[in-house]
This record gives sequence, C-alpha cells and structure tokens, in this order.
Amino acid sequence: MTEPANERELRQEARASIVHQLPLLFALVVLWMLLWGAVSWLNLVTGLILAVVVTRVFYLPPVELSGRFNPFWLAVFVGQFFAELFVASFQVAFLALRPRRISKNSIVEVQLRTRSDLIMTIVALAMSLMPGSFVIESDRMRSRIYLHALNTKDLEGVEDVRTKTLQLERLLVRSFGSLDDIERTRK
Amino acid sequence: MSFDDILDIVSAVLVLGGAFLTLAAGVGLIRFPDALSGLHAATKPQVLGLILVVLAIAIEARSWTTLLTLVPVVLFQMLVAPTAAHMIGRAGYRTGDFRPELSLVDDLADDIDLATREADRSPRRQRS
Amino acid sequence: MNSVVISVIYITVGVMFTAGALASVYRVVRGPSLIDRVIASDVLLTTLILAAGVEMVYNGHTRSIPLMVALAATAVLGSIAVARHVSPKDSAKANP
Repeated sequence: MTEPANERELRQEARASIVHQLPLLFALVVLWMLLWGAVSWLNLVTGLILAVVVTRVFYLPPVELSGRFNPFWLAVFVGQFFAELFVASFQVAFLALRPRRISKNSIVEVQLRTRSDLIMTIVALAMSLMPGSFVIESDRMRSRIYLHALNTKDLEGVEDVRTKTLQLERLLVRSFGSLDDIERTRK
Repeated sequence: MSFDDILDIVSAVLVLGGAFLTLAAGVGLIRFPDALSGLHAATKPQVLGLILVVLAIAIEARSWTTLLTLVPVVLFQMLVAPTAAHMIGRAGYRTGDFRPELSLVDDLADDIDLATREADRSPRRQRS
Repeated sequence: MNSVVISVIYITVGVMFTAGALASVYRVVRGPSLIDRVIASDVLLTTLILAAGVEMVYNGHTRSIPLMVALAATAVLGSIAVARHVSPKDSAKANP
C-alpha cells in the first residue's frame, strides 16, 4: 500500500538521477569513440549500451552539480593548470639533477572553502598532478586536504603552496561552483 | 628546409623533453632522501613527459585522429597518477617510511595528535 | 645536416631513457623499503609507456597506441594493491 505522493516523489527522483547521469553517459560515449579513434553510428550505439551497462553495474552516487557553468573561468583554470604543470615539472627535474640536495619537505594543511565534493576532488587531483606536491590525506567532512610539499625552504614556501591551492579552488568555483561557494571564496 | 623537416625537428625536440623528464625522474628516485620525496620525482614529471611524447607521435603521424586516440592515454594517466601517489604516499606516511627530521612543517601529525587526544578524552567523559 | 641533427637527438634520447630505466631498476633492487620499490617499479612502467611512444615516433607508425592505452589505464593497479596491504613491518626501519 504505497501512497501516491510517495510514488510520485520516487519517480521524480529517478528522473533526476537520469538527468544527473547524462553528462557521465555522454563522457563515457566520447571516451569510447576516442578509444576507437572514429565517430560512427556503430560506435555510438555500442558506446551507449556499454555506458548504460557500466553505470548500472558499477553504480556510483550521482555527483551534485550546481547548475552554473562559466566556460571562461574553466578555460583560465585549464590554461593556468597546464602552464604551472610545465614550469613545475622542469623545476622538480632540475631539483633532482642539481648538485645540492633538497633541504626540507612539509606536510601542509589547506582549509578549502568549497562545500562541493566535486570541486574538492578536482583541486586535489590538480595539486597532485603539480610536481612538488601531492595529497597525502583528506578530510571530507571539514573540506581539508593535507599536501606533501617538496623542498619548502622556509615558511614562505609553505604559504606559497597554500596560496596556489586556494587560487585553483577559486578558479574552479568561479567556473562551476554554487553561488554560495562563490560568496565564501571571495573572503 | 621544408615544412616536413621542421615538423620532424619539432617532434624530435618534444621527444627529447620527454626523455629528459624521464631521466630526471630516475635520478630523483636515487638522490631524494626518503620515499615520500622520491614519490614527487617519480610520478609527476612523467605526466608532462607523456604529454610531450603524445604530441610528438601526433605530429610525426601528421594526423588529428591519432592525437584524439591518444587523448585517453593522457586522460587515464592524469586520473590514475594522483590516485597512485595518494595511496602510496598515505601508506608510506603510516608505515613511517619518511624521515620526520626532514619536514619543516607537519600539520598532519599535529592534527592526528589532536584527534587522538580528543578521542581519548570523549569516551571517558561518556563513561563517567 | 638535418638528418644528422635528428640522429644526434635520438641517440641522446636513447641514452636518457636507458639511464632513467637503470636508475629505477637500481631503486627496485636496493629498496630499502617496500614503498621505495613500488614507486620505482611505477617509474619503470611509465618509462616503458614513454619508450613505446618514442619508438612509434622514430619508426613512424602508430601500431603501439593500444599498448600505451592499456598500460596507462592499468599501471596503477599494482601500486594500489601493494599500498592497501602494506604494513608497518615492511618499512625501512623495521628491516634495515
């Protein structure tokens, strides 16, 4: 004996979850086509079937999107990310090859301001890809990440890591964070 | 010098960059003092190295399709390298595979310390 | 003259890859800890992926791309498996 209102809610929830999964399905189909290196109807159909099967079998809780999207700030983020990746890679390479040994490392706690899991994950991924820092531990409840930073000579170097992380976070929040997060990162 | 020759040289230089980063990763592995700093040398410069080599392959094949087929390689590596670094780094931190005297600041140890002390205190308060 | 420049570049590239691979093999053999060895074997695998790519550039074919894709996607599994099951007694301090 289910109540009709309850049933309607359930149906709405199901529809919402399908809408939430659409970006993921789209991304999986694109990935499938990239793997084959060709865009064709056969690839589209087999890709769609596989994507649905994969998302059903390996079910993940849907990612909460804020509904905002600003391509300009996303482009700035991607640009800055690759520029820093390029510079930092060679810095670490020279650090390995120079005669002097590295001085000191640090484990830095960074208090993020966003409440979004997705943004926190991307910030953590981006900072892990930057040579010179990787995420050693994270605290999702308090949105904190702990970064292991290479060769921080003094407290200024520690502060640099923190500023860099928060800067990336702000760019991401501006590109697809909620209005709430934008307000919070402004401070 | 034709346009083809220029492309050949560009791709050779890109490959040279990738090789340099690989060499640096190996040397860093030997020379950095503890496992956690070795992890920096290991995983990251090679992501850029991979991007450079992938560009070189696409230029040498003179085809956009090749570049697009290679996008998943870079994508996988970019998703997977941080995960591996995090898992190994965390395991290394917990097994004590790093030299504490090398760290200037260790916020994590402070916070773990604080958390353990809080956890020690709270059950006692409940029991009384 | 052009081909000479390119051969010199590729010889340098070969030397650099060999040195990098040997360095990581050294780390795998010497340890001292399990974590060190895992990190080094990861580097060795990435070096292999890059070398497969460079071979394609040098010989001008694209047949090894599936190999690169498969290796890039599965490279972590080994390190994650080890990281999950490593215990404090595997550290360098426990068995110097």
